[in-house]
Amino acid sequence: MLNVSIYRYNPEVDAEPYMQDFKVDTQGKDLMVLDVLEKLKTEDPTLVFRRSCREGVCGSDGMNISGKNGLACVTPLSEAVKKNKLVVRPLPGLPVIRDLVIDMSQFYAQYEKIQPYMINNSPAPAIERLQSPEERAKLDGLYECILCACCSTACPSFWWNPDKFIGPSGLLQAYRFLADSRDTATEERLANLDDPFSVFRCHGIMNCVQVCPKGLNPTKAIGHIRNMLINSAT
Amino acid sequence: MVTSVTSLGRSGLSDWMIQRISAWVMTSYLVFIVGYFFANPNLDYAQWAELNSSLPMRMYSLITILSIAAHAWIGMWCVLTDYITVRLIGPKATAIRIFLQLGMIAITLLYVVWAIDILWGI
Repeated sequence: MLNVSIYRYNPEVDAEPYMQDFKVDTQGKDLMVLDVLEKLKTEDPTLVFRRSCREGVCGSDGMNISGKNGLACVTPLSEAVKKNKLVVRPLPGLPVIRDLVIDMSQFYAQYEKIQPYMINNSPAPAIERLQSPEERAKLDGLYECILCACCSTACPSFWWNPDKFIGPSGLLQAYRFLADSRDTATEERLANLDDPFSVFRCHGIMNCVQVCPKGLNPTKAIGHIRNMLINSAT
Repeated sequence: MVTSVTSLGRSGLSDWMIQRISAWVMTSYLVFIVGYFFANPNLDYAQWAELNSSLPMRMYSLITILSIAAHAWIGMWCVLTDYITVRLIGPKATAIRIFLQLGMIAITLLYVVWAIDILWGI
């Protein structure tokens, strides 16, 4: 039997959060953490967590699994269980709404700040704005972000200043548009980032890279943004 | 764009660059001084005073002290804006943070002036 410890908090009932212990029979299978949570939910329907696609595409079930942020649906027990124990907590740093569900407003507010859409005020061509294969290749490793918030909530700079520091996820997306050959707002985008908080609160500890379930590298993207700022400001 | 009035360079890029350059200056000074000690095992006061009263050495020491001051300003400013925030310690945080930032800046400038006095007083 697998020992599972889960963070529980229902603000309408509980004075403060607590860890609840369960025992789960995995029948020796290497289940995904989400499977275990689903199994527990059939026993205790009050357990609340987000999930949707259950295959690492939607980014709904980001949570802190045995101390490391990740998606429950693509994290196998063989990676997460230590000494026959699985510990599941909500993503750290953001307010908990209930159990494993966090309020992601601040995360989305930072995403909104970087204007995550193409800006190009030149008249649209008849069919589409073309890119060369080389230009398109620059977006690889950037566009794949699913906004699960695993990276930003693993970042101490984001914990301390979630209202000022854009965070690894937002900055990865910021670079996705800075690197896009079809976007013409590069200077404006860079001007909005050149303050001591938005980009420069990143001290390069690479927690984001360690936890990204899609294998992306926000620290590298932040380095590219910094280089673009240096190019334009020196 | 997030505004800031107590950071050293006002701009994130400027602070970042000062932090890197000052780190190199401090490292080079450390290597030079340690190297000098090793190169002169029988160093006496007269030789030490002669080194430190030469103009190039005074300039090098002053640049290093300015680097330490700038580096400390940027570093301490980061620490204070990380931990002394309304989010972490409540509504009094802004007043406490401004007090600590101004105190930190005052002490830093004081040390710089004192160091200049020492360097040119040798």
